[in-house]
Formats: sequence, C-alpha cells, structure tokens
Amino acid sequence: MRPFAYERATDADAARAAHDGQAAYLGGGTNLVDLMRLGVATPARLIDVSRLPYDRIETGPDGALRIGAAVSNSDLAADPAVRDAFPVLAEAVLAGASGQIRNLATVGGNLLQRTRCPYFQDITKPCNKRVPGSGCPARDGEHTNHAIIGHTRSCVATHPSDMAVALTALDAVVHVHGRDPVPLARLYRLPGDDPARDTTLEPGDLITAVEVPPLRMPSRYRKVRERASFAFALVSAAVALEVADGVVRDCRIALGGVAHRPWRALRAEEVLRGGPATEEAFRRAALAEMEHAEPLRDNAYKVPMATNVICRVLTELGERA
Amino acid sequence: MDSADGVQYAEITLIVNGTAHRPRVDTRASVLDVLRETLGLTGAKKGCDHGQCGACTVLLDGRRANACLALAVAHDGAEITTVEGLADGDELSPVQRAFLEEDAYQCGYCTPGQLCSATGMLAEVARGWPSAATAPVADKPVLDDAEIRERMSGNLCRCGAYANIVAAIREVGA
Repeated sequence: MRPFAYERATDADAARAAHDGQAAYLGGGTNLVDLMRLGVATPARLIDVSRLPYDRIETGPDGALRIGAAVSNSDLAADPAVRDAFPVLAEAVLAGASGQIRNLATVGGNLLQRTRCPYFQDITKPCNKRVPGSGCPARDGEHTNHAIIGHTRSCVATHPSDMAVALTALDAVVHVHGRDPVPLARLYRLPGDDPARDTTLEPGDLITAVEVPPLRMPSRYRKVRERASFAFALVSAAVALEVADGVVRDCRIALGGVAHRPWRALRAEEVLRGGPATEEAFRRAALAEMEHAEPLRDNAYKVPMATNVICRVLTELGERA
Repeated sequence: MDSADGVQYAEITLIVNGTAHRPRVDTRASVLDVLRETLGLTGAKKGCDHGQCGACTVLLDGRRANACLALAVAHDGAEITTVEGLADGDELSPVQRAFLEEDAYQCGYCTPGQLCSATGMLAEVARGWPSAATAPVADKPVLDDAEIRERMSGNLCRCGAYANIVAAIREVGA
C-alpha cells in the first residue's frame, strides 16, 4: 500500500479545504481500504470524515427521511422509522455485505463504492475505469455478472450497491456540502467513453446526507445471487406498488446488477400506471423494460432473471393490496 | 503525525481487553496488524485480509467488525475486545462454552472470529436489529436457524463446522 498522510476533519469546510483532488475521504473504509491494499486506490492523503456530525436519521413531519452520510449501514437498517415506512430500504441494506461490514460501512461510502468487476480490482489487467484508454478485457472476457443495459465498448461494469438501488426507486436526493442537492437519478452515470467517473460529483465533493421523500405505498427489495448471503447481486429489484380497486395507482421499480448505475425501470412503470394489477400486466411491464437489454456473450441469463424478479415482486406486493 | 522515508506514523491509543496501549503506528496499519504484530495478541486471525472471511472479527466499540478493514489510525481511542478478552479470567463466556460443548470447530483457525462475531451478533439480536432473514423487516427478530445462518454469513469455515456452529449459537441464543 502506498504511504499516505492521515487527518481527521473537524468540520465539512475543513474537510473540503484539505482535499487537493488527490486525497480521499475516509468513512468506514470497507471498500476504500481494500482498494488501497489492492493498489487500485492510491491516495496520498486520507481525510477522515467518519466523525463529522452526520450520524443522525431524522424523520420529518410529512414522513420524509434525512439520513446523515456517516450513519452506519447497521443503524440505518435497524431504524424503526426506516423499517416501518421504507422496508425496501432496510431490506436492501440488509441484503448487502455481512454483519461485520455493515457495522463499519457508512451511507456516504456505500453510495460511492466502486464496481467489483474483477478486472477493475486487478492492477495487472487493463481497465478503462482504472487506467483510461487501457481497454476493457471484460467485454470479451469474464463477464457473466456484468451489465446488460447501457454498457459501451469502454466499460461493461455494474454498480455494486444494494442501498443505492432502493434509494433510486425512492427518488432520493443527495446533499453535497456547498453545492445544490443532487437527485440520485443524476448522481450516477452510464459509462459512455469515460468510465473512470462513476458519478457526476467532482473531486473533493463531500456527501453530507441523503434525503428520502415520503413513501405511502408498500415496498420491498428482492436480490438474486449465487449463494444465500454475503454476495453481490446478479440481479436485484427495489419495488414499490400502490393498488386500488385492482388498478395500479403508482409504482417505482429500480434494478441492481444490470447496469453501470442503479437502473430505474421507467418503461415498466409507464406500462403499469393506470393499468390492471394482474400478473399478466406485471409481466408485460417487465418485458417492456427488458426488450431494450443488450446482453453480452455470457450474461443473457440476466434478461429472463430480471423479468422474473420484477414480475415476482410486483405480484407479491399486489397480493398484499 | 510524523514521517520517515515517506512513511507516515501516528501515535494512537487503543483500549484492548480493558488495558490502554499507546502504540506508534504506520498509517497503513490495520487494527488487525496492530493487535497481532505490535501488541502480540494473535487470537484474531489474518485469513483473507479483504473482509471476506471474518477470521479477524473483533468487537470494536462494542460492535463486531473486520479488524483487517479498519485502519488503526482512524480508530484512535477505540475500545476493542478480542477473543483473548471474551472470558472472565478462567471463566469462559457463554459463547465459548457452547462452542466447546457442541464441538463447533475443527482446525480452529476461524474460531476466534466466529466467537467474537457470535458474541456481537447476539447483542444485535438483543437490541432488536433485523437481518435479511427477518420477515417482515419491521418485526422483532426471533433467533431461529435461518437467522443464525444469515447473521453469521460473514464468517467462513473451511473445515465446514457450520452445523455445530449453528447449534452452539442456538444454545446461547435460546
């Protein structure tokens, strides 16, 4: 690991001032420390922001949530208000990592974790995300768990966070110190020809909180993976559904494991709204989203998997209505 | 902070199993490295060094955590309990006793991490924390075998002693 200077920020202004563009903010470190050990991340300076006063979860009078960026994943998932009103968020957080990692990991760090593409994590291999212009061996190599939507010649990686998928479905907004709030839909980007950038943030931008608008419909998170626990998603879905008199009044669907960013299934939502809440309609909506998928040589299995997951979770939520 | 040959050092305080230590650490050192290499506490094991196996699990400020992923410099002032600190003198903790009674290990390499993880996990259940096995997620968790397996998924055992590990934890959690 490259030697680095360490300092603990006393407030957000000090953290921002200490960031020279080559530094990295340290939250729980569960991804960053690993990437530093692998030689993938090589900051000359770590600015520890884990003790800044962003460790609270507040519920507004209208039911909106404001989650501090330094809140641990464990505390977020255990919060009674989150479990009651935003089960999709608690379930997504609990679907990720292990108990030990969730105790260390923070909300801000979770949002900014890097892809687990094996080529990105191996500094002996080319990777456009790590070394721009070096190539993408995953496109024609090992890509069974890579993207099926929105990928390019440059990059076929997926975003690894479960929590971000739920927050995308929930229309969450990220608060950045000294900047206008950024909706999650605009925080994450597709790779285009610049996959080195996962987000639209600039170096030194500091996330201080995530705000989640009120949710007044049932919701849940479903994750498909290669083993029962402690594995990244092959496909996951965060879904909220409101049904009245057999008609879909409102819905939100976001997918994980399919793209470079959490994928909001707007086409499926469009098909669903105002239509019948039947399994046939749910399948039609899922297919409307997935007909735009462009699977790679070895990951076409994700297309029916995503279709089935969307359909299954909608059906489960519909049966509760 | 001071530096020598480009390497940065810091003097920190760690309270380990009730005793305060004041080591000078390389900023790159993990809590695990400081415990094992500086303080001579070799109970916590280095398995993968990537947070995947759980052999390094300790209680960090009362919560179970992977000591390999925690930079020591970032945990200045922390209270740490390692496997060496679970027993009260010669009196084993309930989790330690149950692992003995249920034969919950074979080679023993993952055991210190399993013991610390199970200890922290049982405290999480006592606080009412849910897991992915808790359905609905807003319900108070009941520690059945599915909950134990899900909550212990961050600790791998290459010998495959899982069946008896689940039994030992079930015995303490009941």
